[in-house]
Amino acid sequence: MADFLGPDAWLAVLLSLRVSFWAVLVSLPLGILVAHALARWSFPGKQVLNGLVHLPLVLPPVVTGYLLLVTFGRRGPVGQFLDTWFGIVLSFRWTGAALAAAVMAFPLMVRAIRLSIEAVDPRLEAAASTLGAGRAWVFVTVTLPLILPGIIAGAILAFAKAMGEFGATITFVSNIPGETRTIPSAIHALLQAPGGDSAAARLVIVALVIAMAALVLAELVSRRVARRVSGA
Amino acid sequence: MTLTVSVQHQLGDFTLDARFEAPAGVTVLIGPSGAGKTTLVNTVAGLLHPRQGRIVVDDWVLLDTQAGRVLPPHKRRLGYVFQGARLFPHMSVRQNLLYGRWFAPRTARGESLDRVVDLLGIAHLLARRPGALSGGERQRVAIGRALLASPRLILADEPLTALDEARKAEILPYFERLRDEVSVPILYVSHSLSEVARLATTVVAMKDGQVAAVGSPDAILGDVAVVGARHAASVLNARVVAHHGDGLSELATGAGPLFLPHIHEVPGATIRVRIAARDVILSRERPHGLSALNILPGVIADIRTGHGPGALVTLTIGDERLTARITQRSVRDMGLEPGQPCHAVLKSVAVAPEDVGTGRID
Repeated sequence: MADFLGPDAWLAVLLSLRVSFWAVLVSLPLGILVAHALARWSFPGKQVLNGLVHLPLVLPPVVTGYLLLVTFGRRGPVGQFLDTWFGIVLSFRWTGAALAAAVMAFPLMVRAIRLSIEAVDPRLEAAASTLGAGRAWVFVTVTLPLILPGIIAGAILAFAKAMGEFGATITFVSNIPGETRTIPSAIHALLQAPGGDSAAARLVIVALVIAMAALVLAELVSRRVARRVSGA
Repeated sequence: MTLTVSVQHQLGDFTLDARFEAPAGVTVLIGPSGAGKTTLVNTVAGLLHPRQGRIVVDDWVLLDTQAGRVLPPHKRRLGYVFQGARLFPHMSVRQNLLYGRWFAPRTARGESLDRVVDLLGIAHLLARRPGALSGGERQRVAIGRALLASPRLILADEPLTALDEARKAEILPYFERLRDEVSVPILYVSHSLSEVARLATTVVAMKDGQVAAVGSPDAILGDVAVVGARHAASVLNARVVAHHGDGLSELATGAGPLFLPHIHEVPGATIRVRIAARDVILSRERPHGLSALNILPGVIADIRTGHGPGALVTLTIGDERLTARITQRSVRDMGLEPGQPCHAVLKSVAVAPEDVGTGRID
């Protein structure tokens, strides 16, 4: 594989996988919490939260990247705080690329999970509570297993979106080979340089294969889980 | 054991203001739809918080708004059998059954899985998923799940309504066994008068969010104001004496012997029989050459008339009371008056299997 692509492009593939994996893994618990809050709770500011979650979907990605840079950059309020207290730097690092990918993929993830939570019969949760399960137990033993297909679908959708993220990433963390040059950034760079067309084409093929594999896997896993969960 | 309920709540235009006390056994809530039966049960379950109220099972205070005590549902130690079984689709039958048991305090574990499985006849279903069960099987599992939570009170909200007649006939005996063999009080919502006659120790009749009457099944089922003249009935305690070769069962009652279509209980079993008032005919003299098998001599205790053309005549027969619904014209023509001797005539086939239950009422 590394021979087919050449070392630089291969590095971009590995980096993309790493960035997308961590982006999904870290944002998943928050995604479930937010989806649950939007589906089941009523609280002041619910519409504001809903709007915030969906903002990256409608904003130009460059704007999202710029806002991330302003907030999480070394001089930004959050970035400065993370740097001073935890020694965590996000700007121009692969972790920043992961943050950008997570933010961009978050609306898709929350939408998928929220739909699956809304499909759970609240009467089952009420039944669990009459049988002695407190709120947290009801969630873990009834709600969570029933929304598992939605969680898997949301995670894979988010993963695919993270793999393809370009605008916010390049604005926030630039295009540094080996650090922030993901597959889309690498394709972009190759197309800018003379004679890079064939290398770019090979990366495009890899991107296609990964995306297709993700979709097929998502379908297989969620179909299997759905069958287990439906009780048939 | 006593169940004390006193609840006031407002839901839009609907006002719930219900108070009653019931002794141990099965307390059946009856009343037309919209009377507030399910709302009341949900306040007992803690799924609905009433504005004001007090709910106590023995000395276990579930709710006392004055004292500021409102237990959340999961701390109330209940077993709730819902109208739809509400089994967890992602768990096997065994996991469903053991769900509540897992949360019950170890010291409180009452029934064992084996005994409940045996009581409900669901051993062959344990490994299956709820999706693969019939309606009747699901409801039996739901009963078992409620029972295995080691509840201090079982709630059942029209658990048979979603089932067809054959399935009802299959499930009802399990509730009778629950009443007779498991010492947990049951609060049971029903709109079927035959379920009331078979199961109830106490009947609470509700109307427009209020308790209209509380009493024994015999008293409430004979109360025209509650059930309406068309559905007035008597409930007799009986003992199965013998099964005859022609398909009839002979019963001994306080009113004398009764012959009814075959009853699926062994001789010696104590049962209760609901006899609809409209199925009873009265005769001044002992009739001859009549096809009806059951002719019981008694004395008229009471004649009630309402707005319609009908009258309810209650006879004292031995130590039982039996009510007949006849026309006021017949009362006039026959010259019926309280204190007169009279014969009650009952066709055997008028009593359907769903009118016959186990256990006696006091």
